Amino acid sequence: MPEQTVIEAVRDTMFAEMRRDDSVIVLGEDVGNRGGVFLATDGLIDEFGEDRVIDTPLAESSICGVALGAAVNGMRPIAEIQFADFVWPAINQLVGEASKVRYGTNGVKTAPMTVRVPYGGGVRGGLYHSQSIEVLFAHTPGLSVVAPATPYDAKGLLASAIRSDDPVIVLEHKRTYRLVKGDVPAEDYTIPIGKAEIKRPGTDLTIFTYGLMLHYSLQAADMAAANGIDVEVLDLRTLRPIDEDAIAESASRTGKALIVQEDTPAVSISSEVAAIIGERCFFDLDGPITRLGPPEIPPMPFSPIQEAAFMPSPEKILAAITRLAEI
Amino acid sequence: MPFNIELPHVGESVTEAVIGKWLKSPGDKIEKYDPLVEVITDKVNMDVPSPASGTLTKIIAEEGDTVQMGAVIAEMDATDAVNNSAPPTDQVPDISSTGSPSASRIGTMVQGANVGPTGGEFTDTSLNAADTAVPAASGTTGSTPGKKRGFSPVVTRLATQHGIDLNTLVGTGLGGRVTKNDVLNAVESGGSGAESASSTPSGVAAEDQVIDPSPIRKMIANHMVKSMSEIPHAWSAIEVDVTGMVEWRTSNRDRFQSEHGVRLTYLPIALSVVADALKDNPRLNSSWLDGKIVLKSAINVGVAVAAEAGLVVPVVHDASGTSIVDLAGTLDGVVSRARSGSMTLDDVQGGTFTLNNTGALGSIWGGAIINHPQAAILTTEAIVKRPVVISKDGVDAVEIRSMMNICLSFDHRIVDGAEASAFLQSVKTGLEAISLTTDLK
Amino acid sequence: MSATANQSSNSTAQLSGERLHELYQTMVLSRYLDQRVWLLNRQGKAAIAASAQGHEATQVACIEATDPTKDHYLIYYRQFAAMIALGTEPEEMLRGFLAKEGDPMSAARQFPLHGAHPRVDLFNFSNVIATQLPQAAGVALADKLKGSDAVTVVFFGDGASSQGDTHEAMNFAGVHKLPVIFFCENNRYAISVPIEKQMGIESVASRAIGYGFPGVQVDGTDVVAVHEATVAAVARARSGEGPTLIEASVERLLPHTTDDDHTRYRSAEDIEQMSQRDPIRILSDLLKRRDLLTDSEDEAIHAEAQKRVNVATDTVDAEPYPDTSTMFDHITAGSGNNAGNNTGGNA
Repeated sequence: MPEQTVIEAVRDTMFAEMRRDDSVIVLGEDVGNRGGVFLATDGLIDEFGEDRVIDTPLAESSICGVALGAAVNGMRPIAEIQFADFVWPAINQLVGEASKVRYGTNGVKTAPMTVRVPYGGGVRGGLYHSQSIEVLFAHTPGLSVVAPATPYDAKGLLASAIRSDDPVIVLEHKRTYRLVKGDVPAEDYTIPIGKAEIKRPGTDLTIFTYGLMLHYSLQAADMAAANGIDVEVLDLRTLRPIDEDAIAESASRTGKALIVQEDTPAVSISSEVAAIIGERCFFDLDGPITRLGPPEIPPMPFSPIQEAAFMPSPEKILAAITRLAEI
Repeated sequence: MPFNIELPHVGESVTEAVIGKWLKSPGDKIEKYDPLVEVITDKVNMDVPSPASGTLTKIIAEEGDTVQMGAVIAEMDATDAVNNSAPPTDQVPDISSTGSPSASRIGTMVQGANVGPTGGEFTDTSLNAADTAVPAASGTTGSTPGKKRGFSPVVTRLATQHGIDLNTLVGTGLGGRVTKNDVLNAVESGGSGAESASSTPSGVAAEDQVIDPSPIRKMIANHMVKSMSEIPHAWSAIEVDVTGMVEWRTSNRDRFQSEHGVRLTYLPIALSVVADALKDNPRLNSSWLDGKIVLKSAINVGVAVAAEAGLVVPVVHDASGTSIVDLAGTLDGVVSRARSGSMTLDDVQGGTFTLNNTGALGSIWGGAIINHPQAAILTTEAIVKRPVVISKDGVDAVEIRSMMNICLSFDHRIVDGAEASAFLQSVKTGLEAISLTTDLK
Repeated sequence: MSATANQSSNSTAQLSGERLHELYQTMVLSRYLDQRVWLLNRQGKAAIAASAQGHEATQVACIEATDPTKDHYLIYYRQFAAMIALGTEPEEMLRGFLAKEGDPMSAARQFPLHGAHPRVDLFNFSNVIATQLPQAAGVALADKLKGSDAVTVVFFGDGASSQGDTHEAMNFAGVHKLPVIFFCENNRYAISVPIEKQMGIESVASRAIGYGFPGVQVDGTDVVAVHEATVAAVARARSGEGPTLIEASVERLLPHTTDDDHTRYRSAEDIEQMSQRDPIRILSDLLKRRDLLTDSEDEAIHAEAQKRVNVATDTVDAEPYPDTSTMFDHITAGSGNNAGNNTGGNA
């Protein structure tokens, strides 16, 4: 079974989808001749030409607005936003417009577009190359938001996003691009949007997480096992529509919930997961729903010690596991 | 300048005081610290000093009024800079500590002030009685009611904290769930206390049988303890010659059954007479509540019934003025519901007096426990044929008469011996007035 | 006399007399329906309306130069007359304004004139200003990739030309020489903000040169002039020469919308003066001068339009509102009385 990094899986998926379907095009800053600043689109322009791999002007709103227009007229555009921190000018076209195309036209128009967004920190990115942006999108009816953290999931979810007939935001944690390597089958497969996955079964408590934190949580779970604590790790994978059933099933079974997230906790995905567990698992809980996240400061400082203080880590997660298990 | 004089806060746990004698009158000149009025509290009697110099203008709390600490008791026209009895607060009021804002600060909605979608003044007439209920989007999640469930986190915690055996509690929540309040109530009424299903009380020999009381038994137990510990019981009894009543009943029994379909016992008769007697003796139909005697306007007589689970007291509402036939019918219904364990909330609520026919089991004398928070309980004892001395025209003779004792337990805070006897006499007179010729409805 | 949709591309610069006559009827119908909708708002039945009175000629003339069987139209909220010109029935328009069940554009989930047309490729996703311009560039991009000669016309006002999206869209379209016509209806007011506070230039069209394509200014009350300019722009687009920016100067005869009161910011003289540039009267005069219209014919056209509008109003007034269950339709593919997407909690 071939092994790939996340970025390789992402790139190969785009190759495969563009070969499979002529209507798939890629647009964004530096995606063409440079192959993207992370090399996510490396080689695409050589195979598919500059009609289908478009180096756009430096203007995020129109990157997404043009993608939307093209999607509405028969294409399947993959727009790349170079860094999540730059997505804000495009919020209007994504949250304001794309999410409501089908709804606002009573199904006459649809917007089968994908927006790929590298996000997240721990890369000495400072305040403007480290942001997590999921909350606004995950809050929006009409949008889907996925956050694959493994190469296997990146291929399957990106393929689903491209094939979806509605707008999908694909959040790729930039730290995982080269950090995470894993098995990726060569054959075509998709992972359904809206399905979480238990990456590590366990009995004493469940960690609910996504993105880079998945890998830190798995490390922490291994350390906890050495101390006799059996931790289950549920990878959310999709942030909207969030897999309520999987969340409730795991929380009810283990009775203790620890939600680990890199994004600041207030009004976040972890708030939503906590609410779901509270609503559906109340009588099965054997301890308080616990959230582990960074401090409530703008994410995240550039200086290394401060960045480390901000980011959750396997050690911090282990400490939270131990506290919760003891209750 | 005008100034309100408040009842100052004195004493840590004192919240109110009774106004005694006013030492100043409106129009009087007063100096700061002059005693204005005597007040009586639980802990202390004191004089309230004037907070300022000036003239007393108005007395608001009169002698005998009970007033909360901090309430305005008088008004004055102060001539000097005033210091409240309360310690000085900051210039800027602390908004967080002043409780809910006044209605005027909240504001009210102006009728007819319309706004269009983008400003303007569009008055929407598109909705009339349209049903604007939103259909539940399918796939809604959340706890399913009625599902058999275990104990919630807080229930478990409280049970552990207080040593309550949760399996003994009757749940009043949805689907019979034991709620937080169920546990707290159990804690308050003594609950299992230190006793749990698994522990046996000391002083139990090996051959003794230890029974875990049922929830109803526990409730009865708590109720009895409460009544005995709170109400100072006193007792009085009287003999009643019910020969006439017995004859009346014997001769009317069959007719009653055929005409009204109702079994005729002495109970509806006793109930009717007792209800009338309560009308004439209202203090027997009252309750001691928060230091006051509350005379109940309704006469709702509870009738003690031995149901399988234990003693229950279904209530006959508005027993006074109801015909014997109707009372018999009502009693029939209510008693059978009690015996079959299918009483409604109405059946057990609102009782103002209790009647217990202990005589049915042969008792000739009883000292029943008052059904808290009522004022009294009456037992009707067994009807026994006895030789009795009857005086007729000054001549004493011995006759065989049907005699029934009636025994009253009463709350001696509300009722004294004289009133108790007067009530008993009313009942006696009412019952003895019945004879073969009486036309009872 | 219902509005006749443009049958085929009228790419000749000349408009026949007969065709002018028909366009006039369309404009008159639009005017009467427009007036009726305003009244319905004052009655509390139509929550919001943006009038196209003063814009009728430019919209009708522009549509006339295109091919509704293949071209794309991205409109904004003031395109009342354009919709009638594209064959929208008065009943369909009224269903939108009265928010009734059968609204063809959005099932009454949107403001009127928003959504997507059932018969021609006309759509308007939102009333956020100028978001449709980058979208239009995207539509045109797709046509270029597909090798289609369809043209995308995107309408917007003078205020929208200040938005960042306008700049980004024109920039992108200029780089890629896209088959898009940027059609600006300049009525010199963005709600209350007059043009001299909106831009430092005199003409919106003068911006085109900054994006590498031509800008054309026309009198928006002159059907013939607008038609001629659009024909030229369509030809450019279809032949791959790229975008054109057309600026049609018109008057907004009524306030911005039914929620606005333009006497608050326009003087009585100004309002009086601008009402002289009424395209209905201007075209009527032209037709009469050319003996293409008599007074009695004119009266008949007006009477017919009024009657048509009355019938349509009565019909739609009696129709029901959409059922609340349809609120859940079309959020994503496969939704519709089946939320499933994070309903959250106990509804």
